[in-house]
Amino acid sequence: MSTVRNGLVEDATIKDENHVLRGDVFRRERELIIEPGRSERHYWRDLWQYRELFRVLAWRDISVRYKQTVIGAAWALIRPFLTMVVFTVIFGKLAGLPSDGATPYALMVFAGLLPWSFFATALTDTSNSLIGNANLISKVYFPRLIVPIAAVMVAFVDFLISFAILVALMVWYQFVPGWQVLLLPVFAGIAFMASLGVGVWITALNVKYRDFRYIIPFIVQLGLYVSPVGFSSSIVPDQWRLVYSLNPMVGVIDGFRWCLLGGDTRLYWPGLVLSLAVTGFFLWLGIRQFRKMENHFADLI
Amino acid sequence: MSDTVIAVENISKSYLVGHQSGQRERYTALRDVIVREARNYARKTVDFIRGRQIVQGDEIEEFWALQDVSFEVKQGEVLGIIGRNGAGKSTLLKILSRITEPTRGRAVLRGRVASLLEVGTGFHPELTGRENIFLNGAILGMAHKEIARKFDEIVAFAEVEQFIDTPVKRYSSGMYVRLAFAVAAHLEPEILVVDEVLAVGDAEFQKKCLGKMDEASRREGRTVILVSHNMSAINSLCSKGLYLQRGRLQRVGDARSVVAEYLACAEVEKSGQMIFVGEADQQPSKSIYFTSVSILNHERMVSSQVQVTKPFHVCLRYAVARRVSGVELGVRIETSDGIAIFSSTHRLPCDKDHASQERQQATCYVEIPAMFLMPGSYFITIFAHTPMIEFHDVHEPALRFEIVDDGTPFGHRNYRHLGLIMTDLPWRFDQ
Repeated sequence: MSTVRNGLVEDATIKDENHVLRGDVFRRERELIIEPGRSERHYWRDLWQYRELFRVLAWRDISVRYKQTVIGAAWALIRPFLTMVVFTVIFGKLAGLPSDGATPYALMVFAGLLPWSFFATALTDTSNSLIGNANLISKVYFPRLIVPIAAVMVAFVDFLISFAILVALMVWYQFVPGWQVLLLPVFAGIAFMASLGVGVWITALNVKYRDFRYIIPFIVQLGLYVSPVGFSSSIVPDQWRLVYSLNPMVGVIDGFRWCLLGGDTRLYWPGLVLSLAVTGFFLWLGIRQFRKMENHFADLI
Repeated sequence: MSDTVIAVENISKSYLVGHQSGQRERYTALRDVIVREARNYARKTVDFIRGRQIVQGDEIEEFWALQDVSFEVKQGEVLGIIGRNGAGKSTLLKILSRITEPTRGRAVLRGRVASLLEVGTGFHPELTGRENIFLNGAILGMAHKEIARKFDEIVAFAEVEQFIDTPVKRYSSGMYVRLAFAVAAHLEPEILVVDEVLAVGDAEFQKKCLGKMDEASRREGRTVILVSHNMSAINSLCSKGLYLQRGRLQRVGDARSVVAEYLACAEVEKSGQMIFVGEADQQPSKSIYFTSVSILNHERMVSSQVQVTKPFHVCLRYAVARRVSGVELGVRIETSDGIAIFSSTHRLPCDKDHASQERQQATCYVEIPAMFLMPGSYFITIFAHTPMIEFHDVHEPALRFEIVDDGTPFGHRNYRHLGLIMTDLPWRFDQ
C-alpha cells in the first residue's frame, strides 16, 4: 500500500509550487456557499445545469425497464390493450353504457385509457423514485427534482408506445380524427403536469412518511373507476359534472376524447378549467413541498 | 489569504435520535404500554401536522454529529480527515459535497467540486460497461461531450475493452471496481472530496489511478479532501490532517503530527473489551457491523494483559443486517506506533443457513499463538469488508492490549530491539 501512496507524497509538495498556474482563472467563476437554507437560491439554474443527468437517468430507466423480460417493450402494448378489451366488454356490452355519439366503444375506452395509464404509471413510478434511487441521493449531490421528473418521462415513453394501439384501432374501425387532433399535445402536456404535480408531492412525503407507499396503489386502483376511463363522462348527471371535474384526470380524459374522436363529443369548458386549476394547484403544492424537504432527503432516506 | 479554496466556519449538524424507553424497564404492564403507545401516536400526529421529522421511540434526543468545526484548506493541499467511527467524518464530507445541509454554520468552496463517496455510484448491473460509463460520468457531473471525448481513454485505463458491451453484472468484482475507478480517475474537478475509496481495488491499479489523478492535479493544482482509516495512507498522501473527536475538531495541522496525536490518544480502550453501542442506529446502512471486540486470555477471561507464554483469543461479536456475499472479517495487529504487524482475515460463509440468521449476532474467535508477539503494547484493528469492493465496518484502532513477559529467554531487555515477533527457527551447523 505504502508504495502506492509514495507517488503522491512527492507530488503533494510539487503541487504547492505549481498551483498558481491555472487555478485563479477558474476559481473566480464559481463560488459555492453552503449554509442552512442556502440551496434555495439558484435552484432553477442548477436544475438546468444538471439536465444531462436527467437525460441519463430517464434513459437508464427506459433501457433497464424491459431487460430480462421475454417480450420486452411489448408489455407497454399488452397491458393497455387487455384493459381496453375488458372494459369494453364489461361497460359497453354487459352494463350497456352509451358511447360518445357514434364512436365505437372500444375506441372511446382506449382514448381515455391512454392518459389514465400514463397518469397511473407515472404516479406509481415517481412515488418510489426517490427511495429507489436512495444510493444516489445519499452519495451524490444534484437537484433532487430530477429524479421524479425522469420517472414521469419514463412513463411518458410508455405512453407514446401505446399510441401504436390507438392507431391500429383507428385503422380497424376506419376512423379518421378531425382537426382537433392537432391539440392533442396540449392535453398530453396537461396530463404530464398533472402526474408530475401529484407525483412530486407524494414522492416528497413518501421519503418522510412511508405511509404513502401504501396509499398510492390504492389511489391508482380507485382512480381507474372514479375517472371516466371505462365510460363516457357524459353519463355523469349535469349537476355533479363540475364537482366531478375536481379530479384533474377528468379534464384530461375528456380533452383526449375530444381531440381524438372529435365530432359529437363536446368539450365541457367549466370542467376543463377546473381540472386545469386543480392540476396547477397540485404542481405548485408538489414543488413547494418537495423543495422544502429536499435538503433533508439524504438524512431521511 | 487569496489562495484559500475551502473555508469552513462553525459547521454543526444535528440529528434527532429516538430511544425506546420500554426496553429498559424490567416489567411491562399492559397499561403502561397502552399509555406509551397512545402518547407516541399523539406525538407523531403532531409532528406530522407541523411537518417535522417522525422519530421512532418515545425518548427523543438531539444528537450533534458535528459541532462548531472550522478550518481552511488552501489550493493544492491534500487534507486527510481522521477520527474514530461516529466522529463525524462522513457527515462532514456529506455537508461539503452538498448531500446534506448543515444545521448551523457556513462553508465556502471556490471551484468545481466533485465528490467520490463511493466507487461506482449509480452503476446499474443490467447495463453494459459502455452504458455505465456514461451513466456514472453524468452522475459525477461530467457532460456528455466530456465523457465521449475521454471514453476510449477510460476503457483502456480500466482494461475492459473486450467486455465493454457486456452487462456489468457479468463482470468480475475486480473488473467492476476497475471500471468504476477509471471513470472517477478521469474527473477533472478543482476540489475533490473522497471517502475511503482508495481502500478498494488491487494495489497495482490503485497506483495507476492515483498517478492519473495526480497528473491532472499537478497541472491544475487540485485540492483534495479525503477520509481514510489507513494512517499510513494519510501520512504519505496528505499535507494536512484534521482530527475529529465526537463531532468536535480536536486538531488540525501537519498530517504527521495529527496522526501521531490520534494514535497516542487515550481514547483507545485499555480494558480489554470494547462494546460498540448504538452502532446499528447510527449507521442503518451498514450491512454488517461489529457489536463488540474483546481480548480473552488463556483462561478465557476478558483482560487487556496477556501472557507471552500462553495463547490468547481475540473475540469478535458482529451482526449481519443484510446478506452480502463474499464478506471477510479481519483482525490486524499493530504496534503502538501504528505499524501493522500482521492481518488475519476469514471469509464468512454465505449459505442459506447464514441468511436465516439475519440481524442476529454471531461470535467468532481468532487465536493468537503463544510465544509469537514480543512483549509490549499493541493495537487491534478490526474490519469487515468485501475485498476490493467495499468496507462495511472498521474500527481503527479498536483496542489496546499488553503482552507481558512471563518467561521469554530474553530477560528484561528492550524487546523492540529484537523485533516484533518471536519465532523459533531451526539452526543448523556444518559439521
